[in-house]
Amino acid sequence: MKISVNNKEYTVEVDGNPSLLEVLREQLDLTGTKYGCGEAACGACKVLVNGTPTPACITPVTSVQGKQVLTIEGLETEGKLHPVQQVFLEEDVFQCSYCAPGMIMTAVALVENQKAMGEQEIIDGMNGNICRCCTYPAIVKALHKLTQTETKG
Amino acid sequence: MKDTLNNQPDTMKKPDPEKGISRRKFFKYMGTGIATYFVWTDYLASEALFPGENAQAVPDQLSSWIHVSETGAITVYTGKVEVGQNIRTSLTQVVAEELFVPVSAITLVMGDTQLTPYDRGTYGSLTTPQMAPILRKAAASLREILLQEARKEWNLGEVELTLEKGTVQHPGNGKKLGYGSLAKAKHLLQPMDENVKTIHPDKWKVSGTSVGKINGEDFITGKHRYVSDRVLPDMVYGKVLRAPVYGAKLLRADTTRAAELPGVQVVKEGDFIGVTAANSRTAAMALAMIEAEWEKSPQVPGNQLFEHLEESAGNTDPVPAAVTDAFSNATTKVAHDFKVSYIAHVPLEPRAGLARWTGDQLEVWTGTQRPFGVQEELEHAFSIPKEKIRVYMPDTGSGYGGKHTGEAGIEAAKLAKATGRPVKVNWTREEEFKWAYFRPAGLIRVKAALTGNRISSWEFHNFNSGGAGISSPYSGQNNYQEYHRSDSPLRQGSYRALASTANIFAIESIVNDLAGMARTDPMQFRLDNLEDERLKAVIKAAGKSFGWNRKKVSANHGFGMACAAVKGGFVATFAEVAVDPDSRELKVLGAVTAFECGAILNPRHLESQITGCVLQGLGGALFEAVEFNEGNVSNAFLSSYRVPRFKDVPEMKVVLVNRKDLPSSGAGEAPITCIAPAIRNAIDDAVGVKLYDLPMLPSGVVPRS
Ligand code: FES
Ligand code: FES
Repeated sequence: MKISVNNKEYTVEVDGNPSLLEVLREQLDLTGTKYGCGEAACGACKVLVNGTPTPACITPVTSVQGKQVLTIEGLETEGKLHPVQQVFLEEDVFQCSYCAPGMIMTAVALVENQKAMGEQEIIDGMNGNICRCCTYPAIVKALHKLTQTETKG
Repeated sequence: MKDTLNNQPDTMKKPDPEKGISRRKFFKYMGTGIATYFVWTDYLASEALFPGENAQAVPDQLSSWIHVSETGAITVYTGKVEVGQNIRTSLTQVVAEELFVPVSAITLVMGDTQLTPYDRGTYGSLTTPQMAPILRKAAASLREILLQEARKEWNLGEVELTLEKGTVQHPGNGKKLGYGSLAKAKHLLQPMDENVKTIHPDKWKVSGTSVGKINGEDFITGKHRYVSDRVLPDMVYGKVLRAPVYGAKLLRADTTRAAELPGVQVVKEGDFIGVTAANSRTAAMALAMIEAEWEKSPQVPGNQLFEHLEESAGNTDPVPAAVTDAFSNATTKVAHDFKVSYIAHVPLEPRAGLARWTGDQLEVWTGTQRPFGVQEELEHAFSIPKEKIRVYMPDTGSGYGGKHTGEAGIEAAKLAKATGRPVKVNWTREEEFKWAYFRPAGLIRVKAALTGNRISSWEFHNFNSGGAGISSPYSGQNNYQEYHRSDSPLRQGSYRALASTANIFAIESIVNDLAGMARTDPMQFRLDNLEDERLKAVIKAAGKSFGWNRKKVSANHGFGMACAAVKGGFVATFAEVAVDPDSRELKVLGAVTAFECGAILNPRHLESQITGCVLQGLGGALFEAVEFNEGNVSNAFLSSYRVPRFKDVPEMKVVLVNRKDLPSSGAGEAPITCIAPAIRNAIDDAVGVKLYDLPMLPSGVVPRS
């Protein structure tokens, strides 16, 4: 079967109905997408499927056929970080950073769908993602800063 | 498959496997250059944190060093590891400061048992107080050597020279000499000068500033490879058969069907059964097809945990009569038991191990706080000398005290040995919950009495959770505290701040109740009964920022506080809660934490550690608990074991108290200790309900008293 990841076509093995997470990590060596729970409870594995944040761990790879999958590896354009990555880097929000890819993908969809956001909307939008190092306040602050500047600009 | 193990700079040849790195052989490995080193001669005092740990360093082996090569590359070697606490950054800052170079000029080599000097492990908040001053002095010593070399080069006497961006400047003609050219063709290795002059904290330009996480970009682009992400050529995925419950013994196992799956290899070694396959799904499938029979052994029922902890404790020492007499004779007194549940670390990256055998040489990649400890575990597991084992620890998906061991690495090594191929074992979340170890559960019994405004009797027993933080910081007479070792029905081990989370919860709850009985403001009561000025200072700082004396907006709001001195850090947390008058639902509205740990190395990362500690502590305070019965953990999933999320975060405020005149200490543990008692005391203040168990409110609802 062919799938499109980060605007590239890949032929993948679908015997035994693997999850999208397994295919990304084990067949395509795109290991930026992480495993944290395997049951859609932590957000570490979130990728965008046609722009919607989707837990790859419970998504059968066959279900993304004909759709656009975007992972953390495909976020930079022309070597430039996505504004969400940029603001997280500037604000230096993470500790171990294992949650970062899932957080970033979720946040990308959030800010792209809805430019001006208050802190509560950010919290609601991000609540499915766990950061066990509990860097939550820094994440909210950074995203708030980003959405404020985006609205101004 | 691609080899993805390019994590270390290729600055040195392989050390002699027989010896590690001795002074004599240093340059053989390092290439020419100038270096300073440090040797552990006497171990700095620190408590043993994990059973069976081996505190022996190899004598005469270098314990950390800094090297400048002919190209001017500066490399620092330390046995400490990075698990998200950002010590890679703070230690780099320290070296950059003394050498007058930007942080980007420095490479810190960590977490490789062959390249880095022996280290007991990264835990106990010891990196900052122990490793940072050593590296500071080693870097300053190196600077002095470089200056001396420059003077020789220019035939100058003992004149002052200035340094800038990796060069030494001539005082007269403005000429510059780069560190690389000074190191050219040299073999200069000198011990760190204990008495070298380091830069005074008032003059720090790099230390004490918020330098960003080193390699930060690799982490936010997904490029950094955690162990679970790593791949070796020809590698297969491994899984290990687990018992259905703790303490079950394998009677027999039929692996025929599993072995028939394409590409699957079954490995049986006594009670160890594992499988390998080309992908993790097939390995999991094979595992599920093994038909195993187990014999269960009697296990403690979950609802008898605390009785069991008390009954299984060994003989207790007699409590001094002065303490019990003072208690009997007092009129104002309190006695209560506290029950503290097991909780799980839940590192977001579960345990992972990758292993490769080359002949009788073993390489293991695993996320651990103790790479040298894992090397020893492997030594025992395979009966091969340590010199043949190399353990790598790439920066890892956090530990919080939960990754002192090397299970996944050992499993991967067993499977790799049997199959003759590199094997990766990534634990599932369920395995991490069930087969790692927990923060101990504990029963705490306190009796205390007051005479006037003073504590006149204090008797404190902790069953099972541990002795850390057991000593009350309050002055008073007739103190007695004892930690009783018990039999733990579940596997337990280190946790952030160890037993302090339990002991300080009990101490700060009882002290608050005593203040109430004395009809004294709880903050004033603490200030009156404490001696330590550093502790009093953080109380005042947090109280001021919180507005302790402000009026409550409504009667169902409550204010509470707690304070503690843990591992060189001084912390006070003030909390505001509201209890809904109808539903009795608790809301933690805000938490202010003041923290002092000497001179601040990196304010942003310090604040992040404090915030992270407080919020992780919030989980243990309110709802985190491992549920189990007769050897079975029943909430071994993130959907059933609740951890703090965005919506649980109260308004957070951190007050950093910077004491440039005092040595820096660690911050990854102490700030976790005060949020639970602060909330508990705030609930009491709001509705007059005193809670004694951790977690306090798994249902989120405050009981009616
Ligand atoms: S791994 Fe998919 S949500 Fe946790
Ligand atoms: S930074 Fe460690 S899990 Fe988020």
